[in-house]
Amino acid sequence: MVQFTLPKNSKVRTGKTWPKPEGATRIKEFRIYRFDPETGENPRLDTYFVDLDDCGPMVLHGLLKIKDEVDSTLAFRRSCREGICGSCAMNIAGENALACITAMEDIKGPVTVYPLPHMQVVKDLVPDLTLLYAQHRLIEPWLKTDTPAPDREWRQSKDDRKKLDGLYECILCFCCATSCPSYWWNAERYLGPAVLLQAYRWIADSRDEAVDERLDELEDPFRLYRCHTIMNCVRVCPKGLNPAKAIAAIKEDLALRRF
Amino acid sequence: MSKTFQTPLRRARSRGSAHEGAGHFWAQRLTAVLSIVLTLFLVVLAIALAGRDHAAARALVANPFIATGIAATAVVFVWHMMIGMQVIIEDYVHGPLVKAGLLMANVLFSGLVLFLTLAALGKIAFGA
Repeated sequence: MVQFTLPKNSKVRTGKTWPKPEGATRIKEFRIYRFDPETGENPRLDTYFVDLDDCGPMVLHGLLKIKDEVDSTLAFRRSCREGICGSCAMNIAGENALACITAMEDIKGPVTVYPLPHMQVVKDLVPDLTLLYAQHRLIEPWLKTDTPAPDREWRQSKDDRKKLDGLYECILCFCCATSCPSYWWNAERYLGPAVLLQAYRWIADSRDEAVDERLDELEDPFRLYRCHTIMNCVRVCPKGLNPAKAIAAIKEDLALRRF
Repeated sequence: MSKTFQTPLRRARSRGSAHEGAGHFWAQRLTAVLSIVLTLFLVVLAIALAGRDHAAARALVANPFIATGIAATAVVFVWHMMIGMQVIIEDYVHGPLVKAGLLMANVLFSGLVLFLTLAALGKIAFGA
């Protein structure tokens, strides 16, 4: 059966409270999930304080401040700091988001930070995304053609190019997949919203000649049809995309080829 | 978890696609839409039955058009219930034996409900 409670060794305990910055007047409290597999200890929630007058505005600024000046053992992924790489996806104040484009100011009360839900944790805020990357590889996210390649580029009309808007912008941060209850219960078999949106990005591409195979590979009770339009994916997508709509479009294609 | 050196791609592809699901998806929609129509039929029937005595109520149910409507309602409702329950079992039950057992029990239960309904209806429609 599905596990609705955390196993004993995953129960989160109260951790250490780190000292407040001296002389600060505007303080933001952070409660951050900490887990180190090498210690064998349960995860814990550490409390940190950040001086808002001596820090950038985003949650990522706060995390970097903590790592640089308070506790260098805190582990998290980050790279571009402007919402285009998808590295700093984490669960902030109960919702999956990119730390670099989530303002501390918008969060009432303490900023709680957990890793992306229902993933194996490598350390602290770093989840193991291996399976999701493999699932992305599974849908063969590249242009597939049988017609000999033209001398120049494969041509695409402006109208056809427009069909990729809302799809090509996905940065594979997996905020959506890890917010999806259906993905939590059946991650091994359901591809999840991010991968299915990527799959539809190639199905919708006028230049791709393997749409039939792509649809064949997706037509499966688990790979595709575990989507029950819960719509958490749409709610959390930091790029404002609509994976649920892309999944509905795949289901429509699969229905239309029957009639 | 037992030790394995499977690559992540092997894990993701697993047994591959079942190449089915669109039929199930369509059946869900079809039975959903039919259920709306048939629910309206049931409401009208309930209103028509209200206040009738036993013999008059039996006579109305035994009318071939009404009986067919009730039979169709039973088929569509049970079908919709069965495929809906199937999805819930697939979602939450992961042990292969328990899952197979529950999927079978789902079909058995649904069949039982349907045939009991049809038998009762048949008794009224064809009975003396």
